Amino acid sequence: MKLLTDLDAIRTLTQGRLDNRKITGESPDSIRFRSVMVCGGTGCTSSDSNQIIAKLNQEIAGHGIQEQVEVVRTGCFGLCELGPVVIVYPEGIFYSRVEVQDIPKLVEAHLLHGKPYEKKIYEKTKQDGETLNFEETEFYKKQVRIALHNCGVIDPENIDEYIGSDGYQALGKVLKTMGRQEVIDTIKQSGLRGRGGGGFNTGLKWEFAAKQDKKQKYVICNADEGDPGAFMDRSILEGNPHSVIEAMAIAGYAIGSSQGFIYVRAEYPIAVQRFVKALAQAREYGLLGDNILGTGFCFNIDVRLGAGAFVCGEETALIHSVEGHRGMPTPKPPFPAVQGLWEQPTIINNVETLANVAQIILKGAAWYAGIGTEKSKGTKVFALGGKVVNTGLVEVPMGITLREVIFEIGGGIPGGKKFKAVQTGGPSGGCLTEEHLDCSIDFDTLTSLGSMMGSGGMIIMDEDTCMVDVARFYLDFTRDESCGKCTPCRIGTKRLLELLDKITEGKGSMEDLEKLENLSVQIKNASLCALGQTAPNPVLSTIKYFREEYMAHIVDKKCPAGVCKSLISYQIDSDLCRGCSLCAKKCPTDAISGEMKEPFVIDTAVCIKCGVCFDVCKFKAVAIV
Amino acid sequence: MKQQPISNSGGVAEADEKLMKVQAAISQFKMIQGALIPVLHEIQDIYGYLPEPVLQIVSAELHLPMSEIYGVASFYHFFSLTPKGENVVHVCLGTACYIKGAQGVLDRLSTELKVPVQGTTEDNKFTLEATRCLGACGLAPVMTIGEKVHGRLVPNNIPKILKEYN
Repeated sequence: MKLLTDLDAIRTLTQGRLDNRKITGESPDSIRFRSVMVCGGTGCTSSDSNQIIAKLNQEIAGHGIQEQVEVVRTGCFGLCELGPVVIVYPEGIFYSRVEVQDIPKLVEAHLLHGKPYEKKIYEKTKQDGETLNFEETEFYKKQVRIALHNCGVIDPENIDEYIGSDGYQALGKVLKTMGRQEVIDTIKQSGLRGRGGGGFNTGLKWEFAAKQDKKQKYVICNADEGDPGAFMDRSILEGNPHSVIEAMAIAGYAIGSSQGFIYVRAEYPIAVQRFVKALAQAREYGLLGDNILGTGFCFNIDVRLGAGAFVCGEETALIHSVEGHRGMPTPKPPFPAVQGLWEQPTIINNVETLANVAQIILKGAAWYAGIGTEKSKGTKVFALGGKVVNTGLVEVPMGITLREVIFEIGGGIPGGKKFKAVQTGGPSGGCLTEEHLDCSIDFDTLTSLGSMMGSGGMIIMDEDTCMVDVARFYLDFTRDESCGKCTPCRIGTKRLLELLDKITEGKGSMEDLEKLENLSVQIKNASLCALGQTAPNPVLSTIKYFREEYMAHIVDKKCPAGVCKSLISYQIDSDLCRGCSLCAKKCPTDAISGEMKEPFVIDTAVCIKCGVCFDVCKFKAVAIV
Repeated sequence: MKQQPISNSGGVAEADEKLMKVQAAISQFKMIQGALIPVLHEIQDIYGYLPEPVLQIVSAELHLPMSEIYGVASFYHFFSLTPKGENVVHVCLGTACYIKGAQGVLDRLSTELKVPVQGTTEDNKFTLEATRCLGACGLAPVMTIGEKVHGRLVPNNIPKILKEYN
């Protein structure tokens, strides 16, 4: 078992190593030691970052410079679009889309001779013949990293590095110097609200559970990130797993619990593996288990794997799943804080919520409450995706505008296309338009506009996205994920989907549009849990802001964005076609025919509208009509 | 309790070895509350799906009726009650991938493999599945075949990628 003094000793030892991973602005000649950070998040691992690390180590050993270089596999840097990403300190050089075959030259140029390897330097860091450090780029400048603070800086599989960056200091402070109520008051005063979607005050939730006079209570971490297109929780578990463990132990102390569970998606193998490893290390150091830090406090954490059910993000459904049953919600009250897992008082906090806790304890409630807006404190992590230049993970202060996130940090829309909508809150949220771009991002503003904060998915859509099809996509999701317990959600979402299918197939009537609206309101009001209560949001918000697109589908039988297959057909413009036959060769159904060097034609009876001809034509001769 | 060998497993020795792993998993979790889902995860890991004869063992050992086990197994997308092909193709239909044209990729796979979504090819080589967000949104649209991730796809990539597995 380690004591606080042991942690201090480890911190002193590792701090020197972590100090190397900072941008210093030294002249290249005087640099004696470099840190090469390679992203080991799911995105970059998918594009071979592990092989890059192996090659780096091999080349570095080949040159005999192991003493002057360290290679670290870290969590996500955020800019997934450019993966695999490699960052070299102390210059802060950002390499993007690195491939294994780049490594020998990169090592020789940069690590041996001190000259950055030009070919793979991120374009946006090059300015007037100079290379900026990555923190000066638009993507990073406006970000404030609290929940993601160690991601990309430490090796998540090394507990000493977490301790070196003040890890487990907050737990030590809580156990040694703070009373239970004092911890709860600190979290309450910080204004921290649940990041999983609900936005409930975290300290208040803890207080409800703390007041229950029961011997057994539970702390559950909800890591069943179900919003398709959101991956902040996964990145935190992959990049800084100990921050979640530490926060769960603090929560356990505050409410009087000795047992925690993390409910994590089985579809996240890297996150699960790193978290399990972190648990073992924490147990080995006595930071979990009996008599933590010699204070007499006992706390354990067990892992439960989710099995792919979106509804399990709902608290009561999650509890039933941990109990081994079908994950179906039950009415509240009783709230889980009063009667939860195995009928004992239980708090359920989302991963990102927990990742803020240790920092709040260390830096104080006033510090955290000083960031953000009046009612939404701190920062929020968003997963930017869809039609945006910088796909990836960003953490920004609450109150920032959508425009800043999408156009400054996100770099705007690729390919010179026009922005159409942004979808926040996943299947429970809504689509916002150009007129909302200058609105503040916080819990209450987003809700008042008909969307919601949700867990932090932010999907950008351009002029080529059909909003009716998007609504149909989300309803297909919620219909599939409805647990089936209550009628409004089970049957209502199916009926909504049928109506949307009808409209996207060009068979809709004005009456259907009215039915959509009425049914949506009924489902919202009558469903048992948040899944059903929010499922109609994508329909209602798209009807509200993009009514003319619905009208085009219903009245004109046209899909303005050219997405809905029943309403479009492909044609070859005989003036533009050069008769190269490429489209005919690529057509999977042999629907295109013609003579070489003469205009080709598409047989619409055979065409399956897959769009391959449109994509491959070099002369823009294929048109959607 | 004696059980018949399970479909598409190897020889008798391999079948026995798998059953031993199942027994080990059951003993590991038997004493904890809520053991059923962790046990099902292990079985799915061992066989790639949940064979009915194995679920009978679970039923006896955990004292749970088959109806309840079926209820749980069929509730969660992650569990499958039918065997899968040699290579499982997961096409991500998360929002980021969908907006970037994942449906076209899925349709093309379905045409090339001549199976509907959730179908397995006749030669048992491929099972085609649509899945929720794989979390590699930076590579959208994305699919995985086995462990391998294929990103930034257009439908025209599909025939060439499938050839790698033939």
